[in-house]
This record gives sequence, C-alpha cells and structure tokens, in this order.
Amino acid sequence: MDMTLARPLMEGTADSGAGGLKLSVQPLRGMVTLRADLSDATVAKAVKDAVGSDMPGVRKATDTALWMSPDELLLLCPYGEQADVVGKLTDALADTHHLAVDVSDARTLFRLEGDTAREVLAKGAPVDLARGQFTVGDLRRTRISHVAAAFWQSGEGPDVFEIICFRSYARYLWDWLEESSREGSMPGVL
Amino acid sequence: MLLIDCPCCGVSGEETEFAAGGEAHLKREGPGSSDDAFTAYLFERKNPRGVHFERWRHAFGCGKWFHMARSTATLEVFGVYAADVLAPPQSVLDRIEEARSEGRVK
Ligand SMILES: [Zn+2]
Repeated sequence: MDMTLARPLMEGTADSGAGGLKLSVQPLRGMVTLRADLSDATVAKAVKDAVGSDMPGVRKATDTALWMSPDELLLLCPYGEQADVVGKLTDALADTHHLAVDVSDARTLFRLEGDTAREVLAKGAPVDLARGQFTVGDLRRTRISHVAAAFWQSGEGPDVFEIICFRSYARYLWDWLEESSREGSMPGVL
Repeated sequence: MLLIDCPCCGVSGEETEFAAGGEAHLKREGPGSSDDAFTAYLFERKNPRGVHFERWRHAFGCGKWFHMARSTATLEVFGVYAADVLAPPQSVLDRIEEARSEGRVK
C-alpha cells in the first residue's frame, strides 16, 4: 500500500433547492503549516517564492496563503507538491526561527457556493457574514456548529466560500452543511 | 453571553469561540514549598462576586492565550491583556477603578 498518497475521506456534491446552493467536497490539496514571525521580510519572501503569494493580512486569505493566527499560515498548493513547498521554506528559512510541516492529510476542504451560502454559514458560525462585512479575501478561523473550522470567501464567483475542518470532523460538517442548506430553511436576513 | 476582544488577533468574538482557563496570576508553588502552600496553589481559587482576573484562550480562533478582567456579577469586561505578564496593566486597573466610582462593581 502506498503510504504517501492519501485518499479523500469522502466525496460528494449536493445541490440544494435553496437559491441554487451547491455544496461539494474539494479534491485533495497540498497544505503546509508555516509558523514564523509573519512581519519578517525573510519570511514574506520565502512564502512568495514557495507558493507565489504575498503575505496575507490578519484574517485574510489569498489563493494560496491563509492567515491562521498571528504567527501561523496555512499554505496551499497542488496535491503532490507539498514536499517541494516544505523544502523551499526550509531552505529559505534555514537561519530564521520557523516551523514548516506538511499537513495535507489533516483537513478536508469543502466549497459552498450560491446566493444564500453566507446565510448557511451564519447559522453555525459566530461571525458577521453580512454583505460588505465579510467579502472576498476575508477569512475567519472559528467554529461551525460544534467543530473547529475556517472559511474564507473566494474570488472565483460572487458567493463562493471555501471551508476547511479537521478530517475526522468532515462527515459531521458535511451533514451539518447539507441540512443547513435545505430549501425553506433560510432566515433571509443577509 | 460575553463579547470578547482577542488581544492577539483583534477579533471581537462571542464567548463560544473562546475557552475559559481559570483564575489568573497564580504563583506556582514547587519543590521546597510547604504542604499548605502547595495545596492552596493546586486547589484553592478565588470566587469573588465582582472583579475577577482570568486566563482565556481563543480556542476556536487564533489559539492564543490571554488575560481578561471582568465582573462576575455583571459580566462587564474591563479589559484584555497579554498572557505573559504577572499582573494586570494600569490601563485595566484604571477602568476597574472607574467602574467602582460609578457603582458598577464593588
Ligand atoms: Zn485571537
């Protein structure tokens, strides 16, 4: 058995009647945790060289770099390239206090898109998701229902949200998202 | 429900995003301490009706620990401050004093 390749824990897509909502499990993506002083120019350059992203601001996401905490990023890359990203970071930061670890198999990635996607998230996360308050590039690391999760608004469409949670919670979060997306269940306030 | 401003990441979040970590500014008793002092360190905690200094963690958010001063009677939050200090900063003490002078806390 090839121990280097994980399979997604689950696969699936669901279309809800509510406002054309679409929920899907995303294919595996390379994920690398980087802990370091994010204000250090050496770190910013290493991130740029490793995944092509500028340093994201506080609670912001770029296409390939997610702000996770004041000293932590989660970097994204195509699945299979994560070892290369870790290698680049480790080389570039050899003289800088840091930690770069491949955590690609730790989390499951979902995508929720549609007019009412923000209403679905607002049912479970204590976050102001009003239009204008939470926009493209905004990220929150928080809880959804009872589980730790993070979500950010992607720029790939008007209402596209990417959601990550720990792999072991994926089934629970999927069920929660699917149930919370049902037609007729939207508060209609956002 | 408390609304808490995390001093580490700047989020103004609701209580359910955080985890309470008990009384703050305990002095650790270790080898060489008397049995009474060690027992007190392990088990005895203040339980005031009023101002309480506490440790909190932004558990579902940035994951960082910090300190908070609040009233256990009214849930008023007087301030949050860094985890790595042994006593509350003067700015927080000033706000508590102000609340006292206005009768909001004993
Ligand atoms: Zn925080």
